[in-house]
Amino acid sequence: MLELLKRYRFFLSTALITVFLLIFNRQVGIKAVEVSGRCFIQMLLIVPPIFILIGLLDVWVPRETMVKYMGEGSGLKGIILAFFLGSAAVGPLYGAFPVAAVLMKKGAKFTNILILMGAWSTTKIPMFLFEMSALSAKFAFTRLAVDIPGIILMAYLVNGLLKPAELKTITENISNF
Amino acid sequence: MENYILYAVTIILVLFSLCLDRKKTQVAIYKAGQALKNVFPQLIGVIVLVGIMLAILNPRMISQLIGDAAGWWGVFLASVLGAVTFIPGFVAFPTAAMLLENGAGYMQIGAFISSLMMVGVMTYPVEVKYFGRKVALFRNCLAFIFSFLVAFIIGKVVG
Repeated sequence: MLELLKRYRFFLSTALITVFLLIFNRQVGIKAVEVSGRCFIQMLLIVPPIFILIGLLDVWVPRETMVKYMGEGSGLKGIILAFFLGSAAVGPLYGAFPVAAVLMKKGAKFTNILILMGAWSTTKIPMFLFEMSALSAKFAFTRLAVDIPGIILMAYLVNGLLKPAELKTITENISNF
Repeated sequence: MENYILYAVTIILVLFSLCLDRKKTQVAIYKAGQALKNVFPQLIGVIVLVGIMLAILNPRMISQLIGDAAGWWGVFLASVLGAVTFIPGFVAFPTAAMLLENGAGYMQIGAFISSLMMVGVMTYPVEVKYFGRKVALFRNCLAFIFSFLVAFIIGKVVG
């Protein structure tokens, strides 16, 4: 029971805030419930297939294959693949974390993991088309041209700031997911 | 549309996997369930948080906040708003277009879009669960700083 409470304490505290909103500012409270409901439905739609794909990847892709294509020494190939996987993805950034986790578990390099998350958040293909129509092609292409080197640079920076022992702890922790 | 593709791909791959090896497919589905169970509490927490935040910070409010704040102060404000907001792209771009109409400059829009996509204050708890505090903090801080660079370049090229 206490364990369950602990697992859900983040959710419970946010739910409590919503209740306060409903009491003290009904209009905003109702809006919050509506938005949460919509996001929840979106999550129910997107998350199960992503996790099933992760499960399939986990059982079918051998570790050696992952290491070869995205691991240490995968070089440019790994970077391109990380970009491609992230850009072709569907769903919000929280969907990227479990995908990143399974790739890392299978031996993908941490910089490639960070590149995948960067691409997932920023260079999604359908979003790019949408950006072009909403804000102009010049805007979209300029942002893409800045973002691609930026994502790579930041991936290496974050990776460089970690001590080898810390990276090991992260890898171990992520294998439990 | 994207969702249909996602489902189609998933169903095809599951069927394919079933044909190849029933046992392995069961393991895959089981693993998927376990992994989902692991993050579910964090995910629904994030979703309720997003609800609260979007109820308070709606597109009109954002456009009022950024709209008349010019220069680097506006860029900073836009980055902060982008960081704490969590909105899907198909809402984000029309919002950005609206911001432009309401007087925000390209620099501010660049900062807003960039930090909106890369910085995730809302999803931070989930990120910490997977990668630990240090990675989540570094990644988000760097992405926040990066949004200023994006703003600068967008301002030079587009503005």
